[in-house]
Amino acid sequence: MIQVKEITKYFGKKPVVQDVSIDIVPQKITSFIGPNGAGKSTLLSMVSRLMNADTGEVLLDKSDVRRWKSEEFAKRVSILKQSNFMNVRLTIRELVGFGRFPYSKGHLKPEDEVKIDEAIEYMNLEDIQHNYLDELSGGQRQRAFIAMVIAQDTEYILLDEPLNNLDMKHSVQIMKILRKLVDELGKTVIIVLHDINFASVYSDYIVALKNGRVVKNGPTQDIINSIALKEIYDMDIPVQEQNGCRICVYFNS
Amino acid sequence: MRNRTKMLLLLGLAILCVALYVFYQLNGNYHYAFPRRLVKVCAMVLTGVAIAYSTVVFQTITHNRILTPSVMGLDALYMLVQTIIYFVFGSVSIFVLNAYVNFLTATAAMILFAMIFYRVLFKEGKRPIYFLLLVGMIVGTFLGSVTTFMQVLIDPNEFLNLQSKMFASFNNVNTNLVWLAGVIILLTFIYGWRYMRQLDVMSLGRDTALNLGVPYDKLVQRMLIISSILIAVSTALVGPITFFGLIVANLSYQYFNTYKHSILIVGSCLMSVVALVGGQWFVERVFNFTTTLSVIINFIGGVYFIYLLLKESRSAG
Repeated sequence: MIQVKEITKYFGKKPVVQDVSIDIVPQKITSFIGPNGAGKSTLLSMVSRLMNADTGEVLLDKSDVRRWKSEEFAKRVSILKQSNFMNVRLTIRELVGFGRFPYSKGHLKPEDEVKIDEAIEYMNLEDIQHNYLDELSGGQRQRAFIAMVIAQDTEYILLDEPLNNLDMKHSVQIMKILRKLVDELGKTVIIVLHDINFASVYSDYIVALKNGRVVKNGPTQDIINSIALKEIYDMDIPVQEQNGCRICVYFNS
Repeated sequence: MRNRTKMLLLLGLAILCVALYVFYQLNGNYHYAFPRRLVKVCAMVLTGVAIAYSTVVFQTITHNRILTPSVMGLDALYMLVQTIIYFVFGSVSIFVLNAYVNFLTATAAMILFAMIFYRVLFKEGKRPIYFLLLVGMIVGTFLGSVTTFMQVLIDPNEFLNLQSKMFASFNNVNTNLVWLAGVIILLTFIYGWRYMRQLDVMSLGRDTALNLGVPYDKLVQRMLIISSILIAVSTALVGPITFFGLIVANLSYQYFNTYKHSILIVGSCLMSVVALVGGQWFVERVFNFTTTLSVIINFIGGVYFIYLLLKESRSAG
């Protein structure tokens, strides 16, 4: 169980996350939404100990994430950031193999190979698994990185804007896979999303941030309505129901 | 296993170079020439290995393939220490005449400098590594200027003596120093070897490395210290030659085309041995000492560096 307790983070003198407390519901998808600069990615970085909070703490199973041993934490929580610049040339399979590092320490055992095969299959990358990453399209690359995180086999999967730069087809593909991870494998997914409609259609819980503070936090149906959205985005956004999905029509509001 | 074949080829070439250097035209002179050549070969192997290792490690933690550890200003500090010795104590002082004292003074100064440098810069918590490099460069330039200033003022005769310290040379390496340097380098290697696989992960970037349970920031500091110790020892042994690491590291990346540091580092070490020992053989037997190895290395290294810059700018553009 991940609990965030009153964390605050300053960049210089400017607070980017202030007094945020949330409990992450296990085995659900929780989306962080909000305007640019609301502190979504910073919050996610602190939950995943890529960044340390200035005050407050993040607890995994009631123990501060900073006190967890690096390799043990890496078996429980994985994080995928937006930009994954690399200086090395890897094939998809090699990259996915790195996902086993917390367990194998670099010596891949047969059971690691099985996990790698499963992850590659899960992301439909079998045909191109020996291709180099720099030869792939944006969608394939993103899928390769998600496959690495799947091979890491953690209860918690944290993703920072995984749909960035992806077209509609690939975005839907990835969101469906995340849904499957939660429904079939019982993972807990925390995701930063920019497109509110993806958050509306795919997530179970939504945490809305604005100016570094949580403004709304609850089940998706409680957040996706014109009143709550007005508070988050300062926009009048009509919400329409379509095939059981709530769609926010914000384009001309 | 294509990389294994490549490695064996390289190993064969390295052994060939060493054998050629030691035995060519030896004419059964096992009492005089043989031990002397052996010491020189040892010095070259140690220097080559230390520089290759530290360069590959340094390039991995800075995510940059055209940097060498010399941007941290250690070479500049070495020159400053030597200049101060000649300037203040003169060429007949114990600091010059006793090779041990000279070696230990230079090594201690460089390692101390590196430690203080990292202490101060890492104390503030998270600073990007490029800040560290920038400060290193500025400090290096400053030290270089002070050195030049002192060299202008120094007695011309002393300057001539000092000049021999300004270029890497394997011609008058002290046997006992080779042993001492060898022990330090070997110990550093043994300590560093366990981090090979962590280095593989670190080359994926900080976020991914942290995600995979590698304590990135701590390891960066550790690797910087390892790399500084190796540079300090090898520079104090033969003189400033760090630039050379750039060539062998990049040749190794091109030749092996892998992300595995165990292969890259061993490969670049072997290339170092080939380049240094083979090059020195050419200098001695073909050019008959009309030039020095470091001149050739700087020339070839410079050309290769320009090639790398052009290649990188093309792939970026």
